[in-house]
Amino acid sequence: MGAAPASRDVTSYRMGLAAPLALFFLVFFVAPLLQLLWLSLHNDTAAVHWGLGQYLQFLTDPFSLSVLGSTLLLGAEVTAVCLVLGFPIAWFYQRVGPRLQTIIILIVLLPLLTSVVVRTFAWIVILGRQGIINATLQSLGIIDTPIKLLYTQFGVVIALAQVQMPLMTLPLITALGRIDSNLDDASCSLGAGSWRTFFKIVLPLSLPGVIAGCTLTYAAAITAFITQSLIGGGQMLFMPMYLYQQASTLQNWPFASAISIIFLLAVLAVVSVFTTLGRLSRGYGGA
Amino acid sequence: MADAQGGRSLVVDAVTHRYPSGALAVENINLDIKGGEIIALLGPSGCGKTTLLRIIAGFIAQTQGRIIIGDDIVDALPPNRRAVGIVFQNYALFPHLSISENVAYGLAARGIDKATRQREAQRLLDLVQLPTMSERLPRQLSGGQQQRVALARALAIKPSILLLDEPFAALDKNLRLDMQIEVKRLQRVSGITTLIVTHDQEEALSMADRVAVLSHGKLEQFGSPSDVYDRPQTLFVNTFVGASNRMPGVVVSADRTAAKVRLDAGAEIIARPAGGALAEGGRVTVCIRPEHLQFVGDETGFAGVVGMSLPLGATVVHEVTTADGSGVKISQARIGETRTLESGAAVRLAPLAPSLANAFPATL
Repeated sequence: MGAAPASRDVTSYRMGLAAPLALFFLVFFVAPLLQLLWLSLHNDTAAVHWGLGQYLQFLTDPFSLSVLGSTLLLGAEVTAVCLVLGFPIAWFYQRVGPRLQTIIILIVLLPLLTSVVVRTFAWIVILGRQGIINATLQSLGIIDTPIKLLYTQFGVVIALAQVQMPLMTLPLITALGRIDSNLDDASCSLGAGSWRTFFKIVLPLSLPGVIAGCTLTYAAAITAFITQSLIGGGQMLFMPMYLYQQASTLQNWPFASAISIIFLLAVLAVVSVFTTLGRLSRGYGGA
Repeated sequence: MADAQGGRSLVVDAVTHRYPSGALAVENINLDIKGGEIIALLGPSGCGKTTLLRIIAGFIAQTQGRIIIGDDIVDALPPNRRAVGIVFQNYALFPHLSISENVAYGLAARGIDKATRQREAQRLLDLVQLPTMSERLPRQLSGGQQQRVALARALAIKPSILLLDEPFAALDKNLRLDMQIEVKRLQRVSGITTLIVTHDQEEALSMADRVAVLSHGKLEQFGSPSDVYDRPQTLFVNTFVGASNRMPGVVVSADRTAAKVRLDAGAEIIARPAGGALAEGGRVTVCIRPEHLQFVGDETGFAGVVGMSLPLGATVVHEVTTADGSGVKISQARIGETRTLESGAAVRLAPLAPSLANAFPATL
């Protein structure tokens, strides 16, 4: 075991380098999280009496549960839209020349280069009563009165999908790029049509990217406070806004903390479902 | 193999392929391959051999010409309907599928039921001598084993033609010989018409019934290994297949079967006009293989000075500088005691026989 001391030295050296980040996380992530947990375990707003009252209140209140449910559903819808639209973009990207690839990457990244607020207001302009869509449909005579797009679930999903698209497309591009193009040819030469090749070869092998993209998109979609609030307006309530109202407007910190913890656990549950799905399917990352 | 097919013929009829940029990838290739033959497409990288393979497989649509398998013109068929089996250079096994799923993949695509598929996969794995590997994943196999699986997978669809793209390039030398024997055995058993793309001349000469030598997209020669080696039709074939000394000279007199050439190195020798008739007075390049040169004691042949002697196991190679300053290699079998020559020794060299020197019109 002559090499053991040396390797231990190397390890401790690396741990030392991680210390600043660890300290940062401890002070600005772990500590506030523990404070949040501590707060949520009090029954009164002054945080004097211990108890599980806040959790009981949330879990027995149909309104609170419906906000949680519609938030998780919103995430699922946005993720589904991003996956269905993002996969073809990533697939296309891997099959075009370098010049077109640069253009595609630019288009994919463009949403990240502008502020969320700006992008969201752009969607208000597009979806509004006198917005681009309604104006076009009316001038074409397809509809008589403007249809309601803004302040609807549909509007929120579309706007969020556009905003979060890079989070889905980039992991997919990476995952598809890792697949050996000879596998396509091999599948084809063995008699498989393009659909069989896609479902039996391309999709299973791109699953790590699909899982990564879905996890990122989902997490980003359900916590997107600005887009949810501006496009959803006052008529649609999702967890981030609910949380904000409780904490900021009503000053009910223990209840807001309980909402946070429940939201956190719900998101962790969904993410672990994604991860398990990835592990069950025998992708590269699997066995 | 009970289901051995006779092997279908393959005709490459005046195939030309032009890249979108306008550059020619292959130009007017004609190959008439009989059922059950092993053919090697031999050439340096970039000579168009892989393009030709992909045209036959259907991945590239040629600009002109036809591909005929058996009695069918297959140009309109996509790759998945050509029933052409391919073994890729990197094997291209499906990494997420087990070995038996890999082998059965083509059968599943044909809608064959699961029990038959499994039985057939097992039969093929027995055939390639991997009977116990069916449940493993490709990455758990060695390179040679992966190649056997790739072969089994290609053979499972009972292809009319088997295409092998540089199949042995990734294997180390000992394993390569084993796999070459294995492939030849499987080919003999199944009788499948087989095309091997390779840049390795030894592989081409040892495995193929006939060798097609390509250079810059053109077919230089298509013949038996001994034709290609002993009676090369072009200067390229003569120098690419086997080692060869290139000696410039001028034609003194010539008829259809023999030409008297005055070498710049300073001797008149008789050479075979290999690339067609030669004009008197025209400049030629004479190719003589190192093993076809001998030391002579009299005043015939050309003079030179020994530069270096390299004992290479069974043979000894001497490097000789001739009067015109060019280098010539002569290789001698190592019989009895080693005959190494002193550096600087004056010698005279001549071809063993006139038929062993090939004269080609000099290209400028």
